[in-house]
Amino acid sequence: MVAVILVAGFVYALPNLYGSDPALQISSSRGAEIGELTELQVNVALDKEKIKPPRIELSPGSLLMRFDSEDAQLKAQGILKKALGRDYVVALNLAPATPAWMHKVGAEPMFLGLDLRGGVHFLMEVDMDAAIKKAEERYVSDLRSLFREKKVRYKTISRRDQGGVLIRFQDATQQEAGVKLIGDNIRDAKITAGEAGEYQTLVTISEPSMIATRKNALQQNITTLRNRVNELGVAEPVIQQQGANRVVVELPGVQDTARAKEILGATATLEFRLVDGEHSLKDAVEGRVPPGSRLYKERANGSPILLEKQVLLTGDHIIDAASGIDPSSGGPDVSITLDSKGDIIMRNETRDAVGKRMAVVFIETKTETVEENGVMVKKKEVVEEVINAATIKEQLGKRFHITGLDSTQEARNLALLLRAGALAAPIEIIEERTVGPSLGAENIARGFHSVWAGFAAIAVFVIIYYLVFGVTAVIALAINVVLLFALLSLLHATLTLPGMAGIALTVGMAIDANVLINERIREELRNGNSPQASISAGYERAFGTILDTNITTLIAGLALFLFGSGPIRGFAVVLCLGILTSMFSAVMVSRGLVNLIYGYRRKLTRLSIGNTQWK
Amino acid sequence: MEFFKIRKDIPFMRHALVFNVISLITFVLAVVFLATRGLNFGVDFTGGTVMEVNYPHPAELSKIRETLTGLGYHDVPVQNFGTSMDIIIRLPAKQVEGGSKLSETVSAALRESDPGAQVRRVEFVGPQVGQELLDNGGLALLFVSIGIVIYLWFRFEWKFGVAAIIANLHDVVIILGFFSFFQWDFSLSVLAAVLAVLGYSVNESVVVFDRVRENFRKMRETPVPQIIDNAITRTLSRTIITHGCTQLAVLSMLFFGGETLHYFALALTIGILCGIYSSVLVASPIIMWLGVKRSDLVKAPIKKEGADQPAQRF
Repeated sequence: MVAVILVAGFVYALPNLYGSDPALQISSSRGAEIGELTELQVNVALDKEKIKPPRIELSPGSLLMRFDSEDAQLKAQGILKKALGRDYVVALNLAPATPAWMHKVGAEPMFLGLDLRGGVHFLMEVDMDAAIKKAEERYVSDLRSLFREKKVRYKTISRRDQGGVLIRFQDATQQEAGVKLIGDNIRDAKITAGEAGEYQTLVTISEPSMIATRKNALQQNITTLRNRVNELGVAEPVIQQQGANRVVVELPGVQDTARAKEILGATATLEFRLVDGEHSLKDAVEGRVPPGSRLYKERANGSPILLEKQVLLTGDHIIDAASGIDPSSGGPDVSITLDSKGDIIMRNETRDAVGKRMAVVFIETKTETVEENGVMVKKKEVVEEVINAATIKEQLGKRFHITGLDSTQEARNLALLLRAGALAAPIEIIEERTVGPSLGAENIARGFHSVWAGFAAIAVFVIIYYLVFGVTAVIALAINVVLLFALLSLLHATLTLPGMAGIALTVGMAIDANVLINERIREELRNGNSPQASISAGYERAFGTILDTNITTLIAGLALFLFGSGPIRGFAVVLCLGILTSMFSAVMVSRGLVNLIYGYRRKLTRLSIGNTQWK
Repeated sequence: MEFFKIRKDIPFMRHALVFNVISLITFVLAVVFLATRGLNFGVDFTGGTVMEVNYPHPAELSKIRETLTGLGYHDVPVQNFGTSMDIIIRLPAKQVEGGSKLSETVSAALRESDPGAQVRRVEFVGPQVGQELLDNGGLALLFVSIGIVIYLWFRFEWKFGVAAIIANLHDVVIILGFFSFFQWDFSLSVLAAVLAVLGYSVNESVVVFDRVRENFRKMRETPVPQIIDNAITRTLSRTIITHGCTQLAVLSMLFFGGETLHYFALALTIGILCGIYSSVLVASPIIMWLGVKRSDLVKAPIKKEGADQPAQRF
């Protein structure tokens, strides 16, 4: 068993020894397919410039090509960006140079953390108060038009600073009628009576709806962030929810934080426009755009579409958009809910437009700082894309559906985009860690030197002190490091500088078990026991102690993992795993080795464990 | 080779009071420093921005300070970091109105005054995150302490758990005392080191306690202080060798790990050195004062490992 684990350990630790090749990773940014056609396109484009990547790998959703040098990699990136256009992301990457057979058995090297490979780490917080505030402001306008319509008289309706919407009615009967109206029309509201004698009513968002609002706000932000990160051209970005209202964004290899922040901080809006069905699309594409219309592109496939210039409705009237199943056709659909003002506008605008097509335009505004003639210029870029166009079947109102979508996935994406354009809660960067690439490389060297120097120093000392038993301990220690690497690689852990510190510390602490064992054996020998008996007694007696000492360290490691964040977690993971591997290697492996050396000798008179003859 | 040829038990417990008084004095000193000078919390906890900038030539600190003053940041600590070509700038949270935008403004200004300036690392921590990290650090400390007491209670007896945790919290306070006295930068990684020390140096107490328990079984007639003396003496060589080995690893981190790991390794060094002392010479007297008895550990007449052997001679 020990042997099997050792072999597996070596195999899984091995990929870390291979370096990595400079590579380019092409993925699609908006649903464009990546297949053999893309590969052909790439080859043609690169052939023209006489660059030949040694290896191109096609996997579902991405195309990876390796290069011999970073120069070729950078040059190829420029060429391919031009050749493939906006629909693809051409990202610089480091592809592990793991041989194919290792890849097959799942042996992959560890990921390097941002502090080792360079990059940016952002922790962003969604402003939930703003999301709630927006929802409450919508209540105010909804209530106003509701009361006007139903002739309920009120003095004021206003949002309180501490939250909630306060309504002051004219008298008790109006209040009663008003409360009933609210209950019937605004389902997610919670109604409480305000101060007595003043005919006041307080309307707040109900708890479940509040939770849903928060959840949506976060989800939208994650989706928009993901879309924008795609534009940055980053290989292996991490966009992850953390806690209830935070998002972690990690962009390995990105150095230009200013640009990253600008792109991540772009704002998105939505517009509903009618599709211009009267004029010829072909003419428009050829340059004869009719005066009342504009040419747009569809997000999904980039095909042109002609829309009327007049905007039907803007996205800030959208309260919610959710994907679901259309009950009449059974296909996927997206249901959209408008606020009351949007309801009125939509009714008026679509009354005479039944049978026409309506398009949803997604507009993203971002400011980018670019260098022009040596001067840094802030440039505003607006990207407008049609995310959906559908035929209006009947007059639309407060709630309407978009059907005829191809898949539930498409419905989900559309709903997310609609929400993202409608009411993305503001997001703020609350933590940033940037590491330059040169520092990253230096950190690797430092971490490596620390581990290596620590190991060497301990090895020299232990071998001098315990002779043969010292050698077995050092071999066990080396195996411990190998196993630790294997385990970390298997778990796809990310190696960081604190993680390397963890490895160095593990090396220092793991030897403890062998020292305990060897001291015990010496003691048993001193007490006049036979060598064989001393060995087995030493291992057995020391084991309980080893267990105890390791468990206390494990408790500390667990606490670090549970309460730590980012870099501390990396340290904690390594510490905990290191304890487990060290118990295995110190006890099982060194025992096995000692048995190999001394086990077969019947008459053992002396153990090479250093001086025990001082009695 | 053998370092420790100790034939007789060293009468540690006879001097228990002395050790405890020494501990108490260092402990009180550490607390005094903590109370008067406080810890020099890094940006991880206070919030703010740290920038590491590299120059192709030795950096002119005064010029950099001028640039920063020009931006409206007065009295910003600018220090050399590692080499004379690297500097580190710390901008406290309260001066920062632009939040995360600040680092760009500063790096642009630095590049303007010296085109060779290269920003190597930026860390920005919002004030709310800082407070949270501090809270979580406190929670982790509490969790570790309680976890260790409970574990030792299970394995031994409550007196051992309490003694071990007192000894080790004493280590923690002393490490913090050092950081307070020298006003070293107390960052997240130092906190991690402190917690690692807590878990690690409890090992030491556990090893001694293990021996104490074994001795209670073997040496039935011996009085408690002698039992403890014997346990400490027997484990002394192991204690020093393992700690020495760990210290070797930590030292290599201190020398090769660069600035980022510097304080981490430093905290571990102090922790390990204190750990040797406290777990042996603080924890053991405490179990003695707490009045550990043979009956606490040896339940029924035990007839297993070594119990029926005659008491060993030393």
